[in-house]
Amino acid sequence: MDDKIVTKGLNAYFGDVHAVKGIDIRIPKNAITAIIGPSGCGKSTLIRCMNRMHEVVRGARVTGEVLLDGRDIYGSQMDPVLVRTKVGMVFQKPNPFPTMSIYDNVVAGMRLNGEKDWKRLDATVERSLKLAALWDEVKHQLDASGVSISGGQQQRLCIARALAVQPEALLLDEPCSALDPIATAKIEDLLFDLKDKYTIVIVTHNMQQAARVADFTAFMYMGELIEFGVTKKIFENPDKELTEKYITGRFG
Amino acid sequence: MNTYEYRKLKNTLASGLALACVILALIPLVYILAGVVVKGAPALSWEFLTNRTVGTGEPGEGIGNAIVGTLLLVFYASMIGLPVGILTGIYVSEYGNNKFGTAVRFFNDVLANFPSIVVGLLAYALVVAYLNVGFSLIAGSVALSIIMIPIVANTTEEALRMVPNSLREGALALGVARWRTVLKVMLVSGRAGIVTGALLAIARIAGETAPLLLTAFYSSYWSFSPTEPIASLPLTIFRNYNSPSEVLLQQAWGAALVLIIIVLTLNIGVRLFMRQKTKKSKAVRMRWMTRLSRRD
Amino acid sequence: MASSKGSRLRGKPLRFGGDRIFEYTVMGVATLTLALVWLLVVRMVFDAQLSIERFGFGFLIGGDWDPNRDVYGALPFIFGTLMTTGIAVLIGVPLSIGIATYLSELAPPWLKGPLSFVVELLAAVPSVIYGLWAMYALRPVMVDTVEPFFQSALGWTPLFQGDPVGLDKFTAGIILAIMIIPTIASVSKEAMMAVPDSQREAALSIGATRYETTRIAVLTYARSGIFGACILGLGRAVGETMAVTMTIGNANRVSWSLLDPGQTMASLIANNWGEAQGLQLSALIEVGLVLFVIALLVNAFARIMVGRFMSRVPATGGGL
Repeated sequence: MDDKIVTKGLNAYFGDVHAVKGIDIRIPKNAITAIIGPSGCGKSTLIRCMNRMHEVVRGARVTGEVLLDGRDIYGSQMDPVLVRTKVGMVFQKPNPFPTMSIYDNVVAGMRLNGEKDWKRLDATVERSLKLAALWDEVKHQLDASGVSISGGQQQRLCIARALAVQPEALLLDEPCSALDPIATAKIEDLLFDLKDKYTIVIVTHNMQQAARVADFTAFMYMGELIEFGVTKKIFENPDKELTEKYITGRFG
Repeated sequence: MNTYEYRKLKNTLASGLALACVILALIPLVYILAGVVVKGAPALSWEFLTNRTVGTGEPGEGIGNAIVGTLLLVFYASMIGLPVGILTGIYVSEYGNNKFGTAVRFFNDVLANFPSIVVGLLAYALVVAYLNVGFSLIAGSVALSIIMIPIVANTTEEALRMVPNSLREGALALGVARWRTVLKVMLVSGRAGIVTGALLAIARIAGETAPLLLTAFYSSYWSFSPTEPIASLPLTIFRNYNSPSEVLLQQAWGAALVLIIIVLTLNIGVRLFMRQKTKKSKAVRMRWMTRLSRRD
Repeated sequence: MASSKGSRLRGKPLRFGGDRIFEYTVMGVATLTLALVWLLVVRMVFDAQLSIERFGFGFLIGGDWDPNRDVYGALPFIFGTLMTTGIAVLIGVPLSIGIATYLSELAPPWLKGPLSFVVELLAAVPSVIYGLWAMYALRPVMVDTVEPFFQSALGWTPLFQGDPVGLDKFTAGIILAIMIIPTIASVSKEAMMAVPDSQREAALSIGATRYETTRIAVLTYARSGIFGACILGLGRAVGETMAVTMTIGNANRVSWSLLDPGQTMASLIANNWGEAQGLQLSALIEVGLVLFVIALLVNAFARIMVGRFMSRVPATGGGL
């Protein structure tokens, strides 16, 4: 199995705070990889390094390499803007643009690229919302404001928005933590359907979610990658004692 | 040029444009300050600061009476404006969670938005005409105090609002009288905010001209009776700004320099003081820390 | 509010009395502001009676202001106010939004504070000093460069007819623009800084440039707050007196050309106060009343807009 994203000696800092310490991780292509660990272990910071969102915070710094299909996204010639179209992100709290309609939210990325042909835009809206399992629910109210729908629907809207720019990988930072179980289930289901075409990395503090959804799981603790492997193994027969302690709920 | 390059270009241009706006706005500021210093400094001398304005353009004129006039106007205005403003601010902050409090806040806003010339009209109507005092120091002070009151009331309310409720509740739980609590809260924790508000209000009224035009008028003499017209720095500038006489024009620039020194010193002093206080604030430091660690 | 702690509290019998006295004193003084506003407005209306009765509604559209014939109309000054504030807003708003954008989104953190402060310092300069500066620094530039340029480019429009004298509505408008920039810029900046980071992140994550992020995530989100800021600036411009008085040229007639001298409601009062008597005085006061009402409406509208925006925004804020 190929690796879509590979990090080599990745370190991330907030000023002097060393949040991610020398991580080498290989994210397999077209699969769902979960990153678990206790609060503050650096998992959000880690995935933010994968689409160059970490550096947006003032005082934030990254050293090491992050290879997307073999090319370092932190290379001197690489523009973060382009990286972010290749690697999309969905955030913990749904953040659709409130001043835009559902339609406009989805095609926001395309419009930035100058797309004006409404036929192509329409097609994208339908395709993306279908991928995000939201089409049937909102197809008659595409004009409605992006925030007029429920939280779970907003989050799926954000997924549709991210997918509309046709990324190769999708990073999700605790996407269900603000949602109820039914909305969570809907999103987990759609992730299954997405993994054929996209590489998915999901950060979650909910171990059961990782067990349900992920093909591979990485366990992080205090900025370091403790263990990485097939989900079944991590949960049933982990190599490291620390992993076992976390899985069995001894801390975190 | 493809779309991507076009977008990058727009990005660079937009950033440059924003910076250009900042520079464009700063040019007048620098130009004014430089101008006032360059044109006003030659006028400054001990004689200039202590002689009185005569208005004839003979050499030997000074702005001594104008300086004193401004100081007196501000002083009397503060005598009225500070207590009324602070007490109103206390009321709105501590007792004002009702309809009446909202009404007071609203009227304060209305008062704050009176154009200063209209304030002059009102003070004229009240003091100069109705009370028949005529153009006078007291009329001018009343006008200035009307401008002061809403500023001081607002800043006092803000300062008290920032004091955490736990302080008040703690004092009340110990059985301290309400009025003592308010006084303590105000004098200790709210002190900085109230003082800065008062100083900013003073800086503001020191430079006001329009209301004085209609109330205090002008005087070239050393008498400072409350019921007589009085000189002031802003009006000295206004009288002489288009005068053909070189001496009188110098007088205007010199007055401008003195005025701007007073106003800027107050403003800068207040800001530096405020920044000092907030630098030490634990709340600010805590916020920074939580921001840093919010990522995981 | 009175707790029944033990008698070790000294002054206990005074407590109720002290509380009440204090509260009523404070409330009484607060009432003063209410009373003051009412008193003054009523007084103004009373003093304007003479003029109101004489000219009625026609006052607002009367274009004649002639002390010799004792005929007064406010139109030239409403006109002058509209033109000068129009220019002020036209020039001031784009500059202010640019400044607010820079301060909120682009400035490095060490520069934000000092630069914001310096922009606010523009507001601390007294109006009369702006006027003085305008007379000797701005006016020559207007007469020699700016106005001839506009005249050659746009002289065929009614807006730029006549000879550039320098003391006219155009110059007054420009000095007003400079004066309202700190107001609009700082309130807009606050509005933009109140936009949650999550919005910026959303835009960045779909591949937006810094400029695009500001455009689609910040400016649209903050637009009602920014709009309120502009109205606030407009309100300031309407009431501004001294700098305008010193640059507008003191001509009491309606004229479409920006290069012609004019008069605003505020500058009319400032320029004519000393000698006014009787009907003229009453007319002046009536003009003041009109100014007051306009300023009131504009400022009330502004505060509503800004208030509504600030209450919609979530508690978390700050710029990335």
